[in-house]
Amino acid sequence: MSSTIETEKPDTDKTLAPGAGAHSHGADDVPVQTRSERFASAVHGDFPEVTGRELEWRLTPVEKIRDLIDGELDGGRFPAVVSEAAGVTTEWIGRDDARIGSAGLAEERAAANAWSSFQEALAVTLTAEEFTEVVIDRTGEDRAPRAAHTILTAGANARGIVVIDNRGSARLSENVEVVLGDGAHLTVVSLQEWDDESVHLSSQFARIGRDAVLKHVVVSLGGAIVRVNPSAHLAEQGATGELLGLYFSDAGQHLEQRVYVNHDAPNTVSRVTYKGALNGEGARTVWVGDVLIGRTAPGTDSYEQNRNLVLSDGTRADSIPNLEIETGDIAGAGHASATGRFDDEQLFYLRSRGIPEQEARRLVVLGFLLEVVQKIGQPELETRLLAAIEAELAAVAVV
Amino acid sequence: MSTLEIRDLHVSIETDQGVKQILRGVDLTIKQGEIHAIMGPNGSGKSTLAYTIAGHPRYTVDSGSITLDGEDVLEMSIDERAKAGLFLAMQYPVEIPGVTVSNFLRTAKTAIDGEAPALRGWIKELRGSMEAMRMDTSFAERNVNEGFSGGEKKRHEIVQLELLKPRIAVLDETDSGLDVDALKVVSEGVNRVKEQTGLGVLLITHYTRILRYIHPDFVHVFVDGRVAEEGGAELAERLENEGYDRYLTGSTVG
Repeated sequence: MSSTIETEKPDTDKTLAPGAGAHSHGADDVPVQTRSERFASAVHGDFPEVTGRELEWRLTPVEKIRDLIDGELDGGRFPAVVSEAAGVTTEWIGRDDARIGSAGLAEERAAANAWSSFQEALAVTLTAEEFTEVVIDRTGEDRAPRAAHTILTAGANARGIVVIDNRGSARLSENVEVVLGDGAHLTVVSLQEWDDESVHLSSQFARIGRDAVLKHVVVSLGGAIVRVNPSAHLAEQGATGELLGLYFSDAGQHLEQRVYVNHDAPNTVSRVTYKGALNGEGARTVWVGDVLIGRTAPGTDSYEQNRNLVLSDGTRADSIPNLEIETGDIAGAGHASATGRFDDEQLFYLRSRGIPEQEARRLVVLGFLLEVVQKIGQPELETRLLAAIEAELAAVAVV
Repeated sequence: MSTLEIRDLHVSIETDQGVKQILRGVDLTIKQGEIHAIMGPNGSGKSTLAYTIAGHPRYTVDSGSITLDGEDVLEMSIDERAKAGLFLAMQYPVEIPGVTVSNFLRTAKTAIDGEAPALRGWIKELRGSMEAMRMDTSFAERNVNEGFSGGEKKRHEIVQLELLKPRIAVLDETDSGLDVDALKVVSEGVNRVKEQTGLGVLLITHYTRILRYIHPDFVHVFVDGRVAEEGGAELAERLENEGYDRYLTGSTVG
């Protein structure tokens, strides 16, 4: 039986309602802040103690990550091997380097803890106008709580893809800054294939220059608690942000992503597409998508969607799209959120062509998730992700 | 020579207002190589018949039988029916995100034949069929029915018909929404497949337009869940001139 619940409508609500139920637009909620006015700081002590009831923490198992929120973090270099390519510079830079903080600042206490703790930042800079591929291989070696800071820069008109390939064991809180110069086209893939015990909190801030295009992809498959919060600041006119996400949560796994798109210049475009599957007792996912269309952003074209496919009982998916619009002059804005079981009509169609039920289900789930993979535009990575998703599906006994 | 036999078929669905009877005793016999047109007004149960033959879970068979060469079709699962040689070309083909046409067709072909088709011959066959249906071969790498126009979806159904080679095909309002060029392409496709494979066709339609291109051997008029009148091609002509009004007198079908 299909149980899809779907909301799909443009939204002009200006209120973000902390503590309110998912997708609430009620007038009774107390207006607190516009998303862009949320407090930001690089200093841990500037943020109040985390109770777990805060808007940004209420869906996260904070008791299991206290060490990363408040504890002492090892700020030494997190293991990273960066592939070499022409036009790519890799260096470790000090805390006083002017580039640090150029894309954003921490917006919550765990990210600020990482910011206060890191000793050096890994800086990878792409300058070539020819398409360049960079892989940052990060294989964690232990479960000591650590901090990291990474700055990815694409110079004016640079073209390329950077894959942050996370594997092994880790308890890591980090900030990743992404800076796109005018006319740059950069794809950033943050791939989480940690082992089953790992915890990873990652705030990723992008500043997108004039006519530049960022494609940002979050793929979370492995890890006990993985929370990746990407934000895209469409800072100059004609900037485009395509934010994609893909996650597969197994029993007991918590995978969270809080996306923020800030339209802050004329004629900017954003597309947010996150898709997830949940399978097994206690499989948990959270997706929050905030889109702000500021007074400075006439002609904005924005659409965000999150879809979750529930493969078993005992799972929980939260899906909360928020849209704030401060200007009347926009090209388009909308959001959609759907969480449900299999689409019976898709299964019927495949089976009516002779495809057995199990195979039909496998195709539908795979297809559901591959829709995001197909948009990455890097064949080798797409093949690898396909295999990884196939492996996740093999563990799904009866779907 | 296969035969699909439908005997005294009663079918109902569950609605918010309770169980609703739709088919009230349908009798039909379709042999391979024959073309049967089922015509009738909206709400007469034509699509219900199509989906019941294919095994859609929404429809409950209350009594009666469907057999293919004596085998009980109602006992078969959806995919077993396809393997037995039945095919439903749908009125509204379903979009399947992330599954390419080429992957879908190869998977279906493998399931139906029980073995994977030889690669080179298969690609040639697929390409030939798509070209014959005037579908650009780039469609093979697109996701199933996603972003297809109405006409492209219908042509894709006929490509499947040609590649999967069923014995009996039910075409559920394949003509609806097609412009005359697409209608000709689709009709030629059906006629070609019939000529090549000896397909039996159950052509469900509201209009007589498609019957100019696909010539029925038998016409059955469906009203209120059962066959109200049967005849040859001349019956279709009469319907074209007179419409369904004379069947509807005193009936509640809207």
